[in-house]
Amino acid sequence: MDKAKEALRQKQSQAPIIQLKGVTKRFGAVTAVDHIDLDIYPGELFCLLGGSGSGKSTLLRMLSGFETPSEGQIIIDGVDMAGVEPYERPVNMMFQSYALFPHMTVFDNVAYGLRRMKFSKAEVHAQVAELLHMVQLDDYAKRKPHQLSGGQRQRVALARALARRPKLLLLDEPLGALDKKLREETQFELVKIQEQSGVTFVVVTHDQEEAMTLADRIGVMDRGRIVQIGEPRDIYEYPGSRFVADFIGSVNLFDCSIGEEGEDFTILDSEDLKGSIRVGHGISGAPGSDVSYAIRPEKIALNRDSENADNEFSGIIEDVAYMGNWSLYRVRLDCGCILKVSQANLKRQDQTNLTWDDRVFASWSDTAGVVLPS
Amino acid sequence: MKWSARALVIAVPMLWLLLFFLLPFLVVGKISVSEAAIARPPYLPIYEIEDGALILRIAYANFTFLFEDPLYLAAYLNSLKIAAYSTLFSLIVAYPMAYYIARCEARKRNILLMLVILPFWTSFLLRVYAWIGILKTNGILNNMLLGVGIIDEPLVMMQTDFAVYVGVVYTYLPFMVLPLYTNLVKLDQSLLEASADLGANPIVTFLKVTLPLSIPGIVAGSMLVFIPVVGEFVIPALLGGPDQLMIGKVLWTEFFSNRDWPVASAVAIVMLMVVVMPIMWLRNHTERMEAAA
Repeated sequence: MDKAKEALRQKQSQAPIIQLKGVTKRFGAVTAVDHIDLDIYPGELFCLLGGSGSGKSTLLRMLSGFETPSEGQIIIDGVDMAGVEPYERPVNMMFQSYALFPHMTVFDNVAYGLRRMKFSKAEVHAQVAELLHMVQLDDYAKRKPHQLSGGQRQRVALARALARRPKLLLLDEPLGALDKKLREETQFELVKIQEQSGVTFVVVTHDQEEAMTLADRIGVMDRGRIVQIGEPRDIYEYPGSRFVADFIGSVNLFDCSIGEEGEDFTILDSEDLKGSIRVGHGISGAPGSDVSYAIRPEKIALNRDSENADNEFSGIIEDVAYMGNWSLYRVRLDCGCILKVSQANLKRQDQTNLTWDDRVFASWSDTAGVVLPS
Repeated sequence: MKWSARALVIAVPMLWLLLFFLLPFLVVGKISVSEAAIARPPYLPIYEIEDGALILRIAYANFTFLFEDPLYLAAYLNSLKIAAYSTLFSLIVAYPMAYYIARCEARKRNILLMLVILPFWTSFLLRVYAWIGILKTNGILNNMLLGVGIIDEPLVMMQTDFAVYVGVVYTYLPFMVLPLYTNLVKLDQSLLEASADLGANPIVTFLKVTLPLSIPGIVAGSMLVFIPVVGEFVIPALLGGPDQLMIGKVLWTEFFSNRDWPVASAVAIVMLMVVVMPIMWLRNHTERMEAAA
């Protein structure tokens, strides 16, 4: 972890390769992208994460040059991209549909970008061979795209996009068309290739798991704005808003108001829970003001007996979903609200054996949750 | 039950083809190997039963005659030439049209397609006559050019190859536009974006991506123009000159002026062969293309 952070700090000590300054895109009355300021650094793998209609794809298309910003400036490697055609940009894109040329072989697809540059035939040949080797498709050069599997097409698309050695590679839902198993394998492969090539990757995805595994940094987008930028762990553990907490992973959210404040703790009064939550740090905000409290399901412990812990609420298990490596419990608390709790299934024979209608005590430590502006 | 329903569905078009294509074709085939005679109909039967013996009278002379008189060969070649040029000109005019329509928004597309088909609502003959009015020496076009002062004396356009090409391209244009449009409207926009993204300017993108992918449309449109133009009779008769030798016209003359049905039938059979061969080749070619795509 520290190594990763150090590597990221090092990347960020360089001049940014992409600078977005107040970039806005309007389609008629709709503002798809709303005043985005963003710096992305060389060698980074940056993920734009958001739901459909969040503006992430529009932002990507502005970087590639297929859309022009209504306002603002896009600077790539120190050059203002205003008026620069897509075919003149030092940027390549891997399309969501892959957009492989159906009438060309794998070789010709990968060579397409190289042939637009001043390379001799032999150079093109050597580079394509190298690229196909990188994506482990050495023997597929003569195939047509329709003769390939989904995973192979994805790798051809990646090789083709990397062929021109772009300063920046844009990937639109790169793993979206793959099945789950293949997606997991490909995620790591993609990261490896990114590290080897040293190219800056900007990935657009709606899949938070994909963003988590791939990214050095994630930019969470909502309604045309970037609502939070950070490393995956920070985004997950320290979400800055209810939206981010709810969007990334699963979370229990409670409306609270700030109650008693001590030197190193704060008590939140929650109407939802009909009780109070102890938070192990001070909070900026006047007593009585409204906040939200977010607690992740896996941070909560379930016990049959009360342990008199700080944040302990009793309830009845309403539903259990067994997922193999973990189980999700829906606990109906005495206050009437539902608490999602997940427990890792560490042992094959679980001694506690919690099941439907069992009475349980759910508890969490005073540092487990996050206080958010409501 | 299921089988008989299927058979019925196939039987209707089969019967249609049998009655209106295969039978007439066989009749024409029969006449083409008969001997001409001053009779009604003007040819001899190809078989007779004399004294209990069947006598076949197959006359190949009608076919060999076609190759002896250079007129026929010239007419075939000229027809093929005119059909080939017409197809080319139609393609040059139709491609940008189809491309533009395919790129319009859906609502505008339908209006434009409607406009392409609109001429079909008036009689074909009427439209060809309208071209006479436009192209003749004191016609609309000459008067306009004279009025503007571009020319000092009227251009001779009627009864030239030019008039024939104008008439043919005008008449057959929709047959080229529609298959091209159908092909181009399916073209995946992301392929064009991928091409641009990989450093190809719009011209290279057109040549390397759009054009190769539209070949099935080009082939289909070309067939629809080429085949009927080979046998075209009305347009060259009305707009072309008397020296305009086309096989359709030769056929007409043999049938109606010379009343030589056997030679006329032979001309028709050879014309069919001349047309079928390029179709076979093109079909073969498209199938290979489609298999590859």
